[in-house]
Amino acid sequence: MNPNTVDTPIIQIQPTKGWASLQLRALWEYRELLYFLAWRDIKVRYKQTVLGAAWAIIQPVTTMLIFTIIFGRLARIPSDNIPYPIFSFCALLPWNYFATAFSRSSGSLVNNAHLISKVYFPRLVIPISSLLSGLLDFAIAFLFLIGMMFYYHIVPTISILWLPVFMLMAIATALGVGLWLGALDVLYRDIGYLVPFLSQIWMYATPVVYPSSLIPEKWRLIYGLNPMAGVVEGFRWALIGRGTKPGPMLLVSAFVTIILLVSGAFYFRRMEKTFADII
Amino acid sequence: MSDIAIRVENLGKLYKIGARQRRHDTLRDRISDALLNPIKKVVKIAKGQRNPIKRETSFSTNDYIWALKDVSFDVKRGEVIGIIGRNGAGKTTLLKILSRITEPTKGRAEILGRVGSLLEVGTGFHPELTGRENIYLNGAILGMKKSDIERKFDEIVAFAEIEKFLDTPVKRYSSGMYVRLAFAVAAHLDPEILLVDEVLAVGDASFQKKCLGKMGDVAKEGRTVLFVSHQMGAIARLCGRAILLEQGIQVKIDSANKVIDHYLNKGTKSIQGFIDLSSCPRPPHITGHIRILGADILTAMPIEFGAALELKIIFRIVKPVEYAEIYINIFKMDGSAVSQVGSGDSCGPVLTSAEVGKVYGVSVQVPECRWLPSVYSLVLSATIGPSCGSADVVEAGTFEIVGNVSDPSSFVTRYDVYRPRVNWKYEMLL
Repeated sequence: MNPNTVDTPIIQIQPTKGWASLQLRALWEYRELLYFLAWRDIKVRYKQTVLGAAWAIIQPVTTMLIFTIIFGRLARIPSDNIPYPIFSFCALLPWNYFATAFSRSSGSLVNNAHLISKVYFPRLVIPISSLLSGLLDFAIAFLFLIGMMFYYHIVPTISILWLPVFMLMAIATALGVGLWLGALDVLYRDIGYLVPFLSQIWMYATPVVYPSSLIPEKWRLIYGLNPMAGVVEGFRWALIGRGTKPGPMLLVSAFVTIILLVSGAFYFRRMEKTFADII
Repeated sequence: MSDIAIRVENLGKLYKIGARQRRHDTLRDRISDALLNPIKKVVKIAKGQRNPIKRETSFSTNDYIWALKDVSFDVKRGEVIGIIGRNGAGKTTLLKILSRITEPTKGRAEILGRVGSLLEVGTGFHPELTGRENIYLNGAILGMKKSDIERKFDEIVAFAEIEKFLDTPVKRYSSGMYVRLAFAVAAHLDPEILLVDEVLAVGDASFQKKCLGKMGDVAKEGRTVLFVSHQMGAIARLCGRAILLEQGIQVKIDSANKVIDHYLNKGTKSIQGFIDLSSCPRPPHITGHIRILGADILTAMPIEFGAALELKIIFRIVKPVEYAEIYINIFKMDGSAVSQVGSGDSCGPVLTSAEVGKVYGVSVQVPECRWLPSVYSLVLSATIGPSCGSADVVEAGTFEIVGNVSDPSSFVTRYDVYRPRVNWKYEMLL
């Protein structure tokens, strides 16, 4: 009757206990959905706006101007002898990406509750897809950065090759945090209130408006426990080739990122089966 | 080589009652709990609400409900099987478990083949996106590959009849266009096994017919379909077998016609003698000017096809009215309306000078009951003007029409809607 019986997938449905495997293979099979959800987010983002994608530049540039006036001019925060505007803009790029990505993926499950309660797909698709749309804004703002580098006559050195590594770290950290908070958000809507607050505190714990050289040497490693400290400092170093070299602090950051990501993924999978019932 | 497509064994799902209403579980509740009973509760915070079954022993069992209990059945490859039952019987829960949206609490199921499930049409439609964009998005969400969607794109658009509006955001669509597009995408999903929840009840009558036709095609193509519906006609036509669920328990599994008969004839109160309706539940929207107190059924049940039905409806005028009209409404057991006859129809009598506080009666005589043999529900209602809202609505019970019509086996699938001749006579009683 059915010649493909051999290839017929068999789906087993039964209660699972404890920790579930990540099922990265199932995730791979749903890569098109991942793409479509990210595409939806991008399409919808600037619908019915006048300025459209220009917002991706206006936001970080305005922040940079404010930081330059307040922290650069008024507070005279040192910037490792780099002009303050580009000093802060280099940091704002990865920071803004991270902040939007983690807050979006934290809220992504609740925002897509209608999908979760009506359709099956690996739930990991949702927080992951919400990381992707921010990359477009990042790319647009990056073009502006290139213009600024021309203006300040900054020629990137070989260290720029490290940039993708730092970017990956930013994505991985955002996902790790997003998985934890996203899964918790399904249970406790408090997370939705916590996130904006958390992202503000976190920014000041990250060398965005100040260089990490301001932190006493002996505290650097502990400072590196904030994975974004390593990422942001690394970004600046990779782009400008001057300033504080990331060093061992970066290793601490990378380690924390991996811990966050792996634990987040397993926690998410563990909680996943209850999502449809309690969301 | 197995010819089984779906195998379900002792499947059960336990829900915590109230957990669904109290959706916004706050961290604060948890923390205040935690302060009272520190270590144990902190662990619970991290675990969330997992494993209600484990906690069942320590809580009252009343806090939990088996939405589905010990359900077992096999579905053969190519079989179309219907699932029927009242609201809350566990039909959707069963589909949700089989489509892996939620996990069972106990038991297991095995599905052999690619599954597509359709619990709702238009899941994931984004109002800002155009029709074209939503076809791709919705297709992907339902599990179609991009290449599949491209291949079927024209067919979907033609089926939905929205060619002209393909590049308009769906938020500007009429609701009819919206559901047509949504159903069109869903209808072009072609997995080996299809799980469908009540989705045929969309759009206008002609589109519904088209949807049913499409479902029929799907069934004929030899695909395995699990089909939930309240429309007994659709079940009888499309499904070979059916399962009846009642409060989560599988009551009957047999040929569709037998299960439907069983469902329609059971669990409903037949009208007989005097029925006190004064304290029966009412819908919230009534005005309350008139209160239907009861009905006296003067005909013995069941009613022979073509015989007479006589009853007397007793009601009180609660607030001043200048006009009072009583209606009898006949519904099929699947909830669809069959007849609604008011005493004022065709210039029949209405009560125009009623006194507040007095009790009146109206004798109703249906000389010929030509509703096709089946079980029907009788609902009584009252209005205080030709185009006023209902003053009162109450369900009196069910009655059965028995007997032979020319082709008794086909009655479930027919669409006859019939306007009976009814004689009315009002009188003041008290």
